[in-house]
Amino acid sequence: MERFVGDGSRIALGCALEPAIPFAFAHELIRQRRRDLELIGPISDIAFDQLIGAGCVARITAAWVGNVSAGLAHAYRRAMEQGVPRRIEVRDHSNFSIAQSLLAGAIGAPYIPTRTLLHSDIARANPTFREETDPFSGERVLLVPAITPDVTVLAVQRADADGNAHLWGPWGVSQEAALAAKAVIVVTDELVPRAVIASDPNRTIAPAWKVVAVVEEPGACHPSPLQGRYGRDHEFFHQYHRATRTVDGFDQWIAEWVTGVPDRRAYLAKLGDRWPALRLEGAPAAEARF
Amino acid sequence: MDLTPGEIMVAQAALQIRDGERVFVGMRLPLIAFVVAKRTHAPNAVGLFELGIVRDQPAPELLYTMGDPPNVTGATWCARTLDLMGLLQRGEVEAGFIGGAEVDRHGNVNTTAIGADRAHPAVQLPGSGGGADIASLAGRLIVIMAHDRKRLRERVDFVTSPGDHASVLITTLGVFRFVDGDAVLVSYHPTSSLEGVRANTGWDLRVSNDVHVTEAPSPEMLRIIRGYDHDGFWTRRGE
Repeated sequence: MERFVGDGSRIALGCALEPAIPFAFAHELIRQRRRDLELIGPISDIAFDQLIGAGCVARITAAWVGNVSAGLAHAYRRAMEQGVPRRIEVRDHSNFSIAQSLLAGAIGAPYIPTRTLLHSDIARANPTFREETDPFSGERVLLVPAITPDVTVLAVQRADADGNAHLWGPWGVSQEAALAAKAVIVVTDELVPRAVIASDPNRTIAPAWKVVAVVEEPGACHPSPLQGRYGRDHEFFHQYHRATRTVDGFDQWIAEWVTGVPDRRAYLAKLGDRWPALRLEGAPAAEARF
Repeated sequence: MDLTPGEIMVAQAALQIRDGERVFVGMRLPLIAFVVAKRTHAPNAVGLFELGIVRDQPAPELLYTMGDPPNVTGATWCARTLDLMGLLQRGEVEAGFIGGAEVDRHGNVNTTAIGADRAHPAVQLPGSGGGADIASLAGRLIVIMAHDRKRLRERVDFVTSPGDHASVLITTLGVFRFVDGDAVLVSYHPTSSLEGVRANTGWDLRVSNDVHVTEAPSPEMLRIIRGYDHDGFWTRRGE
């Protein structure tokens, strides 16, 4: 992270929506005191809220920032309503518009024309959008410009040392975000030999040349789930919601769960019995012979 | 056990799903409505979840978010948000459910911010998620929310999800249909009253000529709702 993510970086994370959110990476951003970041994503569950409350963020480009279990997220509210700990800029999106912006970035197109949001105030509130007339049909279309993150961070079940990564379960906008990015950081639950990846290349999310770093970090997504590995820790989201109602409460939560633990291993140990209880066996897919 | 507004809302939402339709399901009450519809009158309905899941059978256990691993178990397609939203934009999805903080009489929903200035909101809300896309692009929009004078307003501060395709508004107190883009109360729940709806609605209430008490869930529907949401997490807690 020290090498690839500087202050002011534009970072996409949480790209699979509710699952596979790389919380371990978000917490490391807080520990390393990164500043003036732009966070890009569809929804982020509470990862964006934590980074906002810790003062790491200057701009949010997202469709939804909150706590999926509890609704509103307190740190985002404080930043927008009171400028605490600092003012942030928001570029409102919907899930489809952010997916299309990342698609444009992924295929090297300047923008994607769409019919979503035409009658939504989001079309006016986001200064990067433009409404135009489609030269072919004459109908109104919204042009959503390409987004090209400096870094996209993906959490996956398994990857090889070169960065060939297998992600299963829903992908959300993960693939477009990876292909659109200048660099991809893969946070993998398990490092596997190349032969495992090559046995099932349809499951690989992006070519390895996009990947600048592979981090083996089991349990990196807690409290979000990782398909076939561990479930979602719903109560943890509720506890975070209750604990972060005030600035002091937020600071104490960060001190306890982020700055107070040196790394993910210590974080998982701190979870005690609730971590093994979330473990999933999963079921094997039918064999596909290549 | 007494009937709750949540159970009535789920049953009403289930009746909005027609057999064979493709439906953007969303979370919370509509998710249970999808289960009820599948097991009663709409066995061939297909559910789409915006993070990239398609399933023609409900998840085997209660979900708290659409990304919970049980929602992938037994799915028929795991894909990208873009794939599902693209099919939505193509017109292949008949109906979608959304909730929100505020709705106006035309079915415009605000989930972005309360207050006149977007950059300096009085209350910052989470945002669209996929709601604005579902509202913009699904054939019929069904809005579900808690009924309160501050939430059902003449005008919302920010139109996150436009009401162009609004079909039905199901609240904790009653059911509205949109007639020529305007909400008309068609029923009030057995747990509510016409006066209760009027007192808690922030616009000059239009009432259907044949306004009636909302039909209670059938015994079969109630059995399915209580079997699926067995601890009452979604349907028996206070709204």
